[in-house]
Amino acid sequence: MTVAQIIFLITAAVILGSAAMVVTTRNLVHAALWLIVTLFGAAVLFAMLNAGFIAVVQVVVYIGAIAILFIFAVMLTRREMNDTGPGLNKGWWLSAVTSALTFGGLVWLLQGWDGLSKVAPALGSEFDAIGALANALVSPEAYVLPFEVASVLLLAALVGAVYIAFQRKGEE
Amino acid sequence: MDFWTDPVEAAGEWLSGIFVGWGMNADAAHVLAAFVGILVLISVVMVLDIFLVWTERKIVARFQDRIGPNRLGPFGLVQPFADIIKLIIKENIYPVGVDKIVYNLAPIIMMTSVLLLWAVLPLTEFLGLDLNVGVLYLIGVGALGTLSIIMAGWSSNNKYALLGAFRQVAVMISYEIPMVVALLIPTILSGSMGINSIVAAQESSWYIVLAPLAFLLFLISATAELGRAPFDLTEAESELIAGHHIEYSGMKFGLFYASELLHTFTFGGFIAAFFFGGWQGPWVSEIPALGLLYFLAKATVGYWLFGWIKYTMPRIRIDKMMDLNWKFLVPFSFVLLMYVALMNALLAGFRATEGAMWIYTWGMFLSNILLGWITLEILRRRAHGERVKVEGAVVEAGHH
Repeated sequence: MTVAQIIFLITAAVILGSAAMVVTTRNLVHAALWLIVTLFGAAVLFAMLNAGFIAVVQVVVYIGAIAILFIFAVMLTRREMNDTGPGLNKGWWLSAVTSALTFGGLVWLLQGWDGLSKVAPALGSEFDAIGALANALVSPEAYVLPFEVASVLLLAALVGAVYIAFQRKGEE
Repeated sequence: MDFWTDPVEAAGEWLSGIFVGWGMNADAAHVLAAFVGILVLISVVMVLDIFLVWTERKIVARFQDRIGPNRLGPFGLVQPFADIIKLIIKENIYPVGVDKIVYNLAPIIMMTSVLLLWAVLPLTEFLGLDLNVGVLYLIGVGALGTLSIIMAGWSSNNKYALLGAFRQVAVMISYEIPMVVALLIPTILSGSMGINSIVAAQESSWYIVLAPLAFLLFLISATAELGRAPFDLTEAESELIAGHHIEYSGMKFGLFYASELLHTFTFGGFIAAFFFGGWQGPWVSEIPALGLLYFLAKATVGYWLFGWIKYTMPRIRIDKMMDLNWKFLVPFSFVLLMYVALMNALLAGFRATEGAMWIYTWGMFLSNILLGWITLEILRRRAHGERVKVEGAVVEAGHH
């Protein structure tokens, strides 16, 4: 077993364990903190795949912004520190079926895939991952259209947020 | 490997050679040597932190026309050790209703988030990882600091701690935006996100000359990120007490305090690296180890700069502070980014030609001054208009 495989197994165990804690813990702030551990594990996986940029962006966006906003929302909407209600609601069987189907489908899909036994090719030290990513994002042959669509979506969300929060004169 | 050009590499090879001599696998020996290196760096940084407490107290004393610590040892240098002994032997208090695990994790994550920054801090040409996403790494690690503040505020089971944490986190995630954009400007000028490459690119002219406005932007947003005056919103002695760490005692409080000072020094180092040429200086190409001295000197000046700002500025109200960020710094930073990128592209020809370098340098400097002047002029007009409106209303109210 190589060092990379050992690190991968530890990271995968941490991701799965913390993901299970997210849905089983009763305390919502604890759930958000476990979610941060899960997201951090995903960042470690990206870093192991030589995708340093995506790993760091994962930490900046998901932990630095989204998880913090989760915690804010939980703290602002819940009055008590501990939630004592039941952990399941009426639709639990529906989500159980859906997740079982998704898991089964993934297993079925990956059965015939030969990528599982492949070893990643070593990248030379001269390989410029960020430069390649930047070129791919703005080149018409690659991802310029999805990139622009995502930008427009974010801009629309921004305008919407301003519109909702905006106070017209004479209101209030 | 020559000891004088790269002592760290030489020491690492010597150490892993010893481990291999003990019958260890070569890869494992390399990893173990790296761990020893990390341990040494962290120890040195923590010892430095002890003296930062002393420096901070001396700086604030100078600004307030006092002497500062002066009883224990020469110039009071032994004072921080006495403080540490006091902090360690203090009783470990858990207030009622704290969330013990989160409560204990918060100061650890706080300190870790500062120590992680030292991985990319370019101490010299050979010391300091040249991560190809170094600039973003700086922001990502800052996210951990934000997280630790909200963890401390929530787990303390104290409404003052929670309110202080809310205010601080709101400021930190807002000022992250101008900070990222300010850091993109050295990236554009040097063509790299690795911090050591950015320092290496400043051989002919420091970025404080090429992009003075980016420096000001970074200085303001870094002050907010550090939570130091005039942006220390968590502190309001009569209403909020001292913010997220009010329920901590002993060494746990000590960790918060020490990490704040070390964070400030680290950002002094980043200011030196991004805008003051880092380890660049005379004779540094002959003796690379000299770079460490230059870097530490510049970082200390940066640290003093933060102290100077902290002890001479009054605190800003939170809504004014948010206005400053969202209505001025964020739009301004985007304009500045496009402007600097455009000027850099227009003047790139002069940079490439031999002997015309000064046109590039002066062109960048003067164009920055021009943009700063235009911005100030627009702000002055706006402020004048507002004042006329307010004064007109006052005059009208006086008539009734």
